[in-house]
Amino acid sequence: MAETMARLHPLAAVKTVADPHLVAQGPMGRFSLRLSPTAAPPPLGALGLSLPLAPCRAAQSETAAALWLGPGEWLLLTAPERAPAVEAALRAELAGQAFSLVEISHRQTGFSLSGPRAAQRLNAGCPLDLDLASFPVGMCTRTVFAKAEIVLWRTGAEQFHIEVWRSFVPYLWELLVIVGAETS
Amino acid sequence: MSQNFRLPTGGRVNRGKKISFTFDGRRMSGLEGDTLASALLANGEHLAGRSFKYHRPRGILSAGPEEPNALVGVGADEGHYSPNLRATQVELFEGLVAESQNRSPSLRYDWAGVNNLIWRFIPAGFYYKTFMWPRGAWTKFFEPRIRAMAGLGRAPRAPDATTYAQRYAHCDVLVVGAGPAGLAAALAAVQGGQRVILCDEQNELGGSLLSETDATIDGAPAARWLSETIAQLRAAGSLQILARTTAFGYFPHNMLGLVERLTDHLPGVAGQPRERLWQVRAKQVVLAAGEIERPLVFPDNDRPGIMLAGAARIYASRYGVKPGQRAVIVTAHDSAYRAALALYQAGVGIAAIADVRANPQGGWVDLARKAGLPVRAGCTITGTSGRLRVSGADLAPLAADGTVGASERVSCDLLLMSGGFTPSVHLFSQSRGKLVYDDALGAFVPGTPAEDCWVAGACRGVSLLSEVLADGFAKGASAARAAGGALVPARGFATTHAPATGGGFAGALPHGKNPASVRAFVDFQNDSTAKDIKLAISEGLRSIEHIKRYTTTGMATDQGKISNMNALGIATDVLARPIAQIGTTTFRMPYTPTTFGVFAGYARGDLFDTVRRTPVHHWAEAQGAVFEDVSLWKRARYFPLAGEDMHQAVARECRAVRAAAGIFDASTLGKIEVAGPDAAEFLNRMYVNAWSKLKPGRLRYGLLLREDGFILDDGVIGRMSDECFHVTTTTGGAARVLTMMEDYRQTEFPELKVWLTSTTEQWAVIALQGPKAREILAPFVEGADISHAAMPHMSVVECRVAGVPARLFRVSFTGELGFEINVPADYGRAVWEAIFAAGQPAGLVAYGTETMHVLRAEKGYIIVGQETDGTVTPDDAGLSWAIGKAKPDFVGKRALARAGMGEGVQRKQLVGLLTDDPQVVLEEGAQLVADPAQPPPMTMLGHVTSSYWSATLNRSMALALVKNGRARIGETLHVPMPGRVIRVTITGPVFYDAEGIKLDG
Amino acid sequence: MLLITCPFCGPRPELEFGYAGEAHVVRAQDPRDVSDSQWTEYLYQRSNVRGVHAERWRHAHGCAQFFNALRDTTTDHFVATYRIGESRPDAAVEAGR
Repeated sequence: MAETMARLHPLAAVKTVADPHLVAQGPMGRFSLRLSPTAAPPPLGALGLSLPLAPCRAAQSETAAALWLGPGEWLLLTAPERAPAVEAALRAELAGQAFSLVEISHRQTGFSLSGPRAAQRLNAGCPLDLDLASFPVGMCTRTVFAKAEIVLWRTGAEQFHIEVWRSFVPYLWELLVIVGAETS
Repeated sequence: MSQNFRLPTGGRVNRGKKISFTFDGRRMSGLEGDTLASALLANGEHLAGRSFKYHRPRGILSAGPEEPNALVGVGADEGHYSPNLRATQVELFEGLVAESQNRSPSLRYDWAGVNNLIWRFIPAGFYYKTFMWPRGAWTKFFEPRIRAMAGLGRAPRAPDATTYAQRYAHCDVLVVGAGPAGLAAALAAVQGGQRVILCDEQNELGGSLLSETDATIDGAPAARWLSETIAQLRAAGSLQILARTTAFGYFPHNMLGLVERLTDHLPGVAGQPRERLWQVRAKQVVLAAGEIERPLVFPDNDRPGIMLAGAARIYASRYGVKPGQRAVIVTAHDSAYRAALALYQAGVGIAAIADVRANPQGGWVDLARKAGLPVRAGCTITGTSGRLRVSGADLAPLAADGTVGASERVSCDLLLMSGGFTPSVHLFSQSRGKLVYDDALGAFVPGTPAEDCWVAGACRGVSLLSEVLADGFAKGASAARAAGGALVPARGFATTHAPATGGGFAGALPHGKNPASVRAFVDFQNDSTAKDIKLAISEGLRSIEHIKRYTTTGMATDQGKISNMNALGIATDVLARPIAQIGTTTFRMPYTPTTFGVFAGYARGDLFDTVRRTPVHHWAEAQGAVFEDVSLWKRARYFPLAGEDMHQAVARECRAVRAAAGIFDASTLGKIEVAGPDAAEFLNRMYVNAWSKLKPGRLRYGLLLREDGFILDDGVIGRMSDECFHVTTTTGGAARVLTMMEDYRQTEFPELKVWLTSTTEQWAVIALQGPKAREILAPFVEGADISHAAMPHMSVVECRVAGVPARLFRVSFTGELGFEINVPADYGRAVWEAIFAAGQPAGLVAYGTETMHVLRAEKGYIIVGQETDGTVTPDDAGLSWAIGKAKPDFVGKRALARAGMGEGVQRKQLVGLLTDDPQVVLEEGAQLVADPAQPPPMTMLGHVTSSYWSATLNRSMALALVKNGRARIGETLHVPMPGRVIRVTITGPVFYDAEGIKLDG
Repeated sequence: MLLITCPFCGPRPELEFGYAGEAHVVRAQDPRDVSDSQWTEYLYQRSNVRGVHAERWRHAHGCAQFFNALRDTTTDHFVATYRIGESRPDAAVEAGR
């Protein structure tokens, strides 16, 4: 039997509104990679990048991104169709050292939030200082947005990528929409 | 009415924009830029409310946040109604509807004003003494009446129709207050290159400069300097100005809470939030909160028309309003002369300036004398007349020894008073900064700060305008420097301004009357008088904190902004101890009353909390499922068919699972991937079970204890490979278990190479249970043999189900042949629907958590949190078989070896209960006793943990924890319930298929 | 809301953290070696300091790491934060505040 089952987006049952600055993304390949924080990780050919070692920084290649989330912990993002090949290649590249590689493609959903008010919108629920000097492009971290935990990654001066566990997707969406309607 | 008291010129109000509003149903008009208070005064209205306790008529006392009297309810309908707003802070807008409070039926005729006649019998603390007897009278008689009469204002009668916003913000320098000190501080901080937020509670920035008509700053009239400075600040890109924004709380680590009023003054704006809560984290804070004028305490000092002198000047110069026709001024401070002159110039007749000081002199005093105003030095006030408006002041000479001469009544319709000024140290005090008493100033001022904070201007006792500006600039520069900014050289500001700095008084003025016969109010809002404070001290209270609580002085919503120093002044006289020794009470947040709505913010309705739903949720909803909350999750509890109640639906679902098959959404179960070379060793140390020998592809029931030996969680754990385990937890325990395991991994066993990843939401989990489960599932499975021989009970295989990669568990929580199908969550709904459809011919039903509970209870399977309560050991629950006895250590093992945890102790053990009457379903939580006739307190032997009607057994059944229960099997116990006693027999906890034959289908 | 300096991520708002009790409460290497009373002490006895208190926090909604902190319980000021495994900063550091 082929993989013909329909995928259901966590926002499927939520009434969405057109918002040019808030876009819920479709499927993505995701992995949680864990290595000993003291081991020097090899460049990962499967991803086309070296893992960022500086706290709260992301590295990007043509086909993938790696976000430092904690010492020895990275969130890897790639296209969904590449996920199985990436997993196999990573396991081969990491063979010989202790690691944990867990697929979490379905655990969370991505959003992109952009526009001149993007940081302000996030600050309705996120207590971090999102000034460019304090939270520069390329910075990423787990944090909170109101009552949900998120991963926040600044991909541009006015562009953020947000990851949130799937059951929190409607909450995050609805709250960001409400905040987006505020005019001041 | 037509603003008869509006001056023909002057003020900052917009004379081109008339605004109409109603007060107690009467239509009036004001001007753009008015507050409700200034508009009322422009219409000649002083009477604005009734007092809290005595229901005395009260007028507008102040022009700012300290207002204790003019508290009003505002709102055209109940959804927009706010009680207890200070009329002095309510911005006037077209169509504003306001009403006075604490009066019935009307402001002018208030029946509760009878309290004002019986006041001798209701002194401070009267409620501690009066309502003690007779006993029953409190609930039946006193309380309902007090409730009807007490309280400030009334709660709105409909849900809040407005919305509220919230925002976190960061800055280098937060400046609180945009008066001269705050503006200068902001100038300096911006010059230092810092990110600055400047907030002020008023609609316009400027503070005292808004009513400044005489002074010049750097050669320009104050008003022009103000507008130029604001323009200069606005042009600076690094500064954010928040007007209409009250800093209400100073929290640890330089976080301040601000409330910005967004739309109350813009009645035409729809769909936008009413207020916004700002939580600002500042590297440095400059407090420039200004000062508050003190009233004088003298007999009957609370009649409408009695006002703070500075407030009267503000009404005249900022709002162009004449607060009366003929004024008497009573003062202990030079600034009242300035007010007298301003009013005189506005056309108010000055009947007398009574100065309690023997020999007042100085700039403003001389100016007043020069203008011919009647100054009476060494003169006090012994009383006032008038009912709904003051009509006269009794002035009497005050000798140097304090004796009071014969009084003379001077008629007036306005009585102004000034006891000097109290620095607004509230925020500083909230930040746990130490206050010190300044003898020269006669007030408490900020001492050592506890936070990174600077205090500037009048709120630290600086009062000369040029000094206030220089101080503000210096503090702004210091704050910017401390925050990492550039060095900003100090600068001065040239001002022309007559100083009004001399004098001040705290306490009660001498009046020469019998103290028992007069009321001189100290705290207007809580109606406490000088006599009350003296009474408290005479009854033995010494600490100012105790005096405050006994008299309630300073405990109203204004937090003693105007009463605190006078109360201290009276206490210091009676106790004959200096104020510095008495100390002051601590100020609490909020600085001014703050709406509940702004704290709730977005957390209301559907967004009150995160509601977690599974991928199958909306299918279940479409089937008519009834849901229950399990932690944050919504879980389908049962799936009623048309006409079924819960009992019928659950019975049908139970029978279907036992006879054919049921499908159940187990997606909410916590899941943790434990991976790494030391995964098995890690689990050995965490769970009671032994994991080393579990083969890949096999499952085991895992039991997790706390370090104290009691059950924390349980779940089935599958070994996916040598170095990878798929751990499941209870729904509610998922986060707790992961946190605990991370704790041990990071802090106790850092040498282990193992990692934990939550996969709870990666997988949708479809439980398929019942004798027909395998035949329904088989056609969907690719890449695995699920026959009993190839895949026995408690095994796991990775395969494809319905074309989707799956982890397929052969496991049962029902006692029947069962599978749990883990598929990537996006596919959960489709796979569920495919299996559900395919199973229909075999009689497959969807079942919910209630049926799950019944089926597992029939098998004696525990639910953590139901059979366990944090005091249950593995042996208590009959689970000691799970313990890996050979392991040297696991979390909780050492505690299980402590005395009292094991053998030889009569611990409560898990047993089954069958009622004598099979139709009776026990109540969960019911107590068990041996002798129902024993008089209380009865010996309780245990309690019911789970109790259900079992459709399978066609009778009731229950699980219970009973002292020494396993030894009592076969005994009869009793469950005493209201009106009856239920007989039960103790049994083993397994009611169905004790041999486990059904697990294999 | 406190501002807590995570040893890995720097200063972060308290909302991202979870409190995790007193620090340096050592679990015996082999619990079989300790007496009942020692184990009871380990389980239940905490110092409840007025003043500088060594305590554990977890940057739960951040890097997920547990770490130790010295906090003055009378002022809420943090004297230091340091990683698990590092010894408690010496008294000189504490006195430096």
